[in-house]
Amino acid sequence: MFSSPFLAETGAIAQFAGRFFREGFRPRYEVREFFHQCYVVGYQSLPMVGITGFIMGLVLTLQSQPTMAKFGAEAWVPTMVGLTIIREMGPIITALVFAGKIGSSIGAELGSMRVTEQIDAMEVSGTNPFKYLVVTRVLATTLMLPLLTVLADGIGLYASYVGINTQGTTTLALFINNVLSGLTFAEVLPAFFKTFFFGFAVGLVGCYKGYHATKGTAGVGAAANSAVVVSSLLIFILDLLAVQITGLLGFN
Amino acid sequence: MSPGTLPQPAAAPAPRNAEVVLTLEHISKSFGDNHVLRDFSLELHRGENVVVLGKSGSGKSVLVKCMIGLLRPDAGRITVLGQDISTLDHEEMDQLRARLGFLFQSNALYDSMTVRENLVFPLRRQWLADRRDQEADLVQQALEDVGLADTANKLPAELSGGQRKRIALARTLILQPEIILYDEPTTGLDPITAREISALIRQVQQKYNTAAFIISHDMDSVRLVADRVALLAEGGCYAQGTYEELARHEDPRVHDFFT
Ligand SMILES: Nc1ncnc2c1ncn2[C@@H]1O[C@H](COP(=O)(O)OP(=O)(O)OP(=O)(O)O)[C@@H](O)[C@H]1O
Ligand SMILES: [Mg+2]
Repeated sequence: MFSSPFLAETGAIAQFAGRFFREGFRPRYEVREFFHQCYVVGYQSLPMVGITGFIMGLVLTLQSQPTMAKFGAEAWVPTMVGLTIIREMGPIITALVFAGKIGSSIGAELGSMRVTEQIDAMEVSGTNPFKYLVVTRVLATTLMLPLLTVLADGIGLYASYVGINTQGTTTLALFINNVLSGLTFAEVLPAFFKTFFFGFAVGLVGCYKGYHATKGTAGVGAAANSAVVVSSLLIFILDLLAVQITGLLGFN
Repeated sequence: MSPGTLPQPAAAPAPRNAEVVLTLEHISKSFGDNHVLRDFSLELHRGENVVVLGKSGSGKSVLVKCMIGLLRPDAGRITVLGQDISTLDHEEMDQLRARLGFLFQSNALYDSMTVRENLVFPLRRQWLADRRDQEADLVQQALEDVGLADTANKLPAELSGGQRKRIALARTLILQPEIILYDEPTTGLDPITAREISALIRQVQQKYNTAAFIISHDMDSVRLVADRVALLAEGGCYAQGTYEELARHEDPRVHDFFT
C-alpha cells in the first residue's frame, strides 16, 4: 500500500490546480491585484536572487578554473560555466531561493488570512477569494520566476567574468562570445521554459497550503513551512521530468 | 453620530405581518459526531431585529455562517430574499451577498490594509466605476457613525479591540444591506460604547427598514435592540418571544439568561 496521506495530499493539490484552471480564466479578472502581486513577488525577490546569482557565477568559475587549467583548457571556462548556469544552475537555484522567500510568505499570508476569517470576509463582501487571492498569486509567480531567472543568469555570468579576470584578463566581448558559442537555442529554450513550471509550482503550493491552513497560529507556521518543503521537492521532480522530456525530444 | 445626539432607542412594534426576508427551515449541521444544530427553524421579517441567545458553543456562529453561505447545512433549507441559497451558483451568491451584511465575531478586518481600505474594499467590489466619487463621503460617514472618524489611515493592528469591532461594524454597514447578521456586536466593549452600538443598530433598522439577526450575550443590549428573542439550545429554537415574554418565562433554561 502507498501511504495514503501522501496520496491524498497529491490529489488535493491536483484538485486545487484544476480549480485554478477552471476559475482563473473566467471573468471577473482581478487585473489590479495581479499587477500588484507581480510587483510584490518580483520586487521582494530581487536582492536574494541577485546575490545568489552573483555568488553562483563566481564560485563556479573559481572552482572550475584550476581543474580546467590542469588540462590546459582554461579557454573553455566561460563556455562551460555559461552552459552550467543557463541550463541548470540558474533555473534551479533561483527557483529554490524563490520557493524559500515567496512560497513561505504566500503560505503565511494566506494562512493567517484563513485563520482570522479574512478569507471568509472577502467571500461575504461578494468577492471570490480564490480568484482574488489565489489566481493572482499563482499567475504572478508563474510569470515572475522566469524573469528573475533570466536576471540571475545574467548576474551569474557577469560574476563569472569577474572571476576569470581575477586570474588573467579577458575582454567582456570575448567572454560573451565564448559563452554564446557553447549554447544553442534548443538548449536555452527548454531551460527557460521549465522555469514557468517552477514558478507555477511555488505559487500553487504556497496558496494551497495557506488557503487550507487550520488550527490557529500553529497552522500558519505549518502552512509557511510545508509550502517551502513541498514546493522545493516539486521543483526537483519537475526538473527531473524536464530533463527526461528534453531528452526524448532530442535536445540534450 | 456624536454621543450627544443619540436617539433614544424606542421599542419598534414587532412587524409580524411584514414580508418574510429570511427563512430557516429544519436546519441541521454536524462536525463529525458533534451535532451542533438539529432541526432549527426561524423566520425573519423586514424591519425586524431578532436576537439569538444561547450558551457559548451552542452553535450561534455556525447558524449565522450557514445563513450567509460560509457553511453548508447538512439538512434543511435556507431562503434569503426569496432565493433558496443552496441552488445559487457563485455569481448569484455574490449578488445576493451584496444585499446582506455580516459582522464577524472575530471582526475579520484585513490586517494588511488601512481602515479606509478596509471600508473601501466592499464598495469597490460591489460597485462600478461611476460611483467612485461618493466613496470618500461614504467612508467618512461610516466612520463617523461608529465614532472613529480620525482612524482612517491607521492599520487594524494599531487599534484597540473595541475600536476594531467598531470598524468591522462600519465595514458591514457601509453597503446599506437589507439584512444584517451581527455576531456579537457589543462583546468586549465598555458599557457606554456598547449602548452606543446598540443605539446605532436600532438607528440603522429604523432609517433603512433593515432586518437584522443579532447574536448577543449582552442582556443590556438585547433589551435595547430586540423586537423578538429566540433561544438556541440543544441545536434547536428552544423558545421565542419578546424580551418581556421570555424574561417572564418559567422554564429555568430560558429564565437563567435574564437574571
Ligand atoms: N469549522 C468548524 N469545524 C469543526 N467544528 C466547529 C467548526 N465551527 C464550529 N464548530 C463547533 O461547533 C460548535 C458551536 O460553535 P459556535 O462557534 O457556533 O459557538 P457559539 O454559539 O458561537 O459560541 P460563542 O458564544 O462562544 O461564540 C462548537 O462546539 C465548535 O467546536
Ligand atoms: Mg460565536
